[in-house]
Amino acid sequence: MNIIVVGLSHKTASVDIREKVAFSPNNIEEPLRALCNLEGIREGIIVSTCNRVEIYATTRDVAGGMARLRRFMADYHKLAYDTLEQHLYSLHGEDAIRHVFRVASSLDSMVVGEPQILGQIKTSYGYASEYKSSGIILNRFLHKAFSVAKRVRTETRIASSAVSVSFAAVELAKKIFGNLTSKTVMLIGAGEMCELAARHFLTNGAKGVLVTNRTFERAQNLAEEFAGEAIPYDELFQHLHRADIVLSSTGADKFIITPSDLEAVIRRRRMQPMFLIDIAVPRDIDPAVNSLDSIYLYDMDDLQQVVAANLEGRRQEADKAEAIIAEEIAQFHKWVATLEVAPTIVALRNHFDTLRQAEVDKTMAAWKDAPPDAAKRIDALTSALINKLLHHPTSLLKKSDQGNRTNLYLDALQALFDLKRPEDNSPELELED
Amino acid sequence: MIKITFTLTLVLYSIAALLYLARLMRNDFPLSNTAHKVLVVGFAAHCLAIIHRFIALGYLPITNMHESLSFFGLSVVGIYLIFEHRFKVAALGSFVVPLALLSTIAAGMLPSELRPLNPALQSAWIYSHTLLAFASYAFFSISGCVAVIYLIQSHFLKKKHLGSLFQRLPALDMLDEIGYRCLAFGFPLLTVAIITGAIWASQAWGSYWSWDPKETWSLITWFVYAALLHGRLTTGWRGRRAAWLTIAGFLIMLFTFIGVNLWLPGLHSYN
Repeated sequence: MNIIVVGLSHKTASVDIREKVAFSPNNIEEPLRALCNLEGIREGIIVSTCNRVEIYATTRDVAGGMARLRRFMADYHKLAYDTLEQHLYSLHGEDAIRHVFRVASSLDSMVVGEPQILGQIKTSYGYASEYKSSGIILNRFLHKAFSVAKRVRTETRIASSAVSVSFAAVELAKKIFGNLTSKTVMLIGAGEMCELAARHFLTNGAKGVLVTNRTFERAQNLAEEFAGEAIPYDELFQHLHRADIVLSSTGADKFIITPSDLEAVIRRRRMQPMFLIDIAVPRDIDPAVNSLDSIYLYDMDDLQQVVAANLEGRRQEADKAEAIIAEEIAQFHKWVATLEVAPTIVALRNHFDTLRQAEVDKTMAAWKDAPPDAAKRIDALTSALINKLLHHPTSLLKKSDQGNRTNLYLDALQALFDLKRPEDNSPELELED
Repeated sequence: MIKITFTLTLVLYSIAALLYLARLMRNDFPLSNTAHKVLVVGFAAHCLAIIHRFIALGYLPITNMHESLSFFGLSVVGIYLIFEHRFKVAALGSFVVPLALLSTIAAGMLPSELRPLNPALQSAWIYSHTLLAFASYAFFSISGCVAVIYLIQSHFLKKKHLGSLFQRLPALDMLDEIGYRCLAFGFPLLTVAIITGAIWASQAWGSYWSWDPKETWSLITWFVYAALLHGRLTTGWRGRRAAWLTIAGFLIMLFTFIGVNLWLPGLHSYN
């Protein structure tokens, strides 16, 4: 049995292609059933997110299975096969296993390390088990992928740094204030960046929002949106001391906050630290304030450098993650390879034994003056012969460290002796790993 | 037996210090957890060593340099363990545990033979006076370490140098909180230690205050911390300047504790 993967992602297809082949979670049962009804496809899972649409399946016939899945992707969405095909990747064996482990560990994501993808795969797997389209191999496979993703998450720092400017600002604030509950955020000016960052601060526990803007009405609207408090622009310095975190993005062409303004504010705050984020270009806050005690000023460039450093850090952590995945692939691939060993050995023995029994019966029926212990002795002789003949092939097959060779031997045996393929009985005869 | 438990303490503290330092290099929970466990066992061994000595001597082993440094190490570790439990800041251990280790190693290098108690110290006051003083020293030492970390973190934030060390050290507000707690406990303890010392002095030497070097330097230490706390409570003094003063306070405290005995002989010299 082989694991195959067919799909496309942000790396191979633009969004206008991806949205055409997306499977809606509201109607996932139908494609899952259609998938399992494809010839030669035994189990199937459909993962459909905004960045990727992929089918994981098991089949005996690798090339045919992958071709059918590609065709299925096009046919199901009524797309021209030729235009879709160039965006699809088809993987099997170790490559397929590696791909799914990497996707689950968020190494293949647009933003490496982003945490959503694991949850999305878990949901997709949930549908597949609900509609019984996944079976013993994919169940095991997906659970393995989840545990690999967990290992990657805990053993590397791949997901531990912020990779957007507003997240970077929140992370920095946490290193200044510990936690953000009871902290107040002030917005000076109302830009989109500011709003986004303010929202991040609020979801991370910040208590209140103060908004000020040159046009008071705009401040009021925004304050209402955040359930905050609007402050007239000319009263800025009467209220600035109340803010722990300041986000500034006015269109002013000179500094609106200077060191001397802040010295008074620091005194009113009893020297509690203050985190100023200057998103405006040209800047709103004199960079000299950064040298004041308890004042930490970051502008857009600083935050972007933090993000760039974090991305670089993630890239390095990704190497560690790949090593973890390589280790796990070898293990899992071995398991898949040995999955059919035991049933094949049983089938081979049964086959030999049936032949032996038939020949023994024939001989005994024809042998009129056989001595009384003849049947017993012939039985023993033939059985011993078969044991001797099968000893080497059996022990070779049971050696599980041969990877692809095992598959080769299994196929050869099944073809040479015309053994029935152990399909539906494989769960009972599954080897323990 | 005393030697065995003391050596065991040294070995365990060394391992714990290494583990706490390794924790600064790479962040993983099992490492912090092991470091903590080794430190707890080391602390237990240290308690045993001091109890052994207590039993062998029949008085509190805190009367010469070896005993004092050893007891100082014990106090620092004990109070640090409480802080680690309360605030979950294993990063602090990377600074505090090596300090306690140094003090214990220094103790190990000094003569540690058992001697009868100096008659001048035969008084129940020895317990309250010295134990309080050592507890305050331990709190001030931890506050000194906290101030060092505060300055490191503040430096990283100002210079926008946000490497992995920055990520592994605690947040500024957390450090501020722990540092303040240390002062809030250490200062009253030092105050009472000085008062009980004065009472004991009046009984033993006939005068509450004799401007003996130990007394003078204790008073200087007391003034430094009084100023720090006063600034904090009135104008909310904190931040980098407060951290520098906390470190200065710690160094003066160290001089009061060790330097005075080494270089300024007076009434408190019993060696």
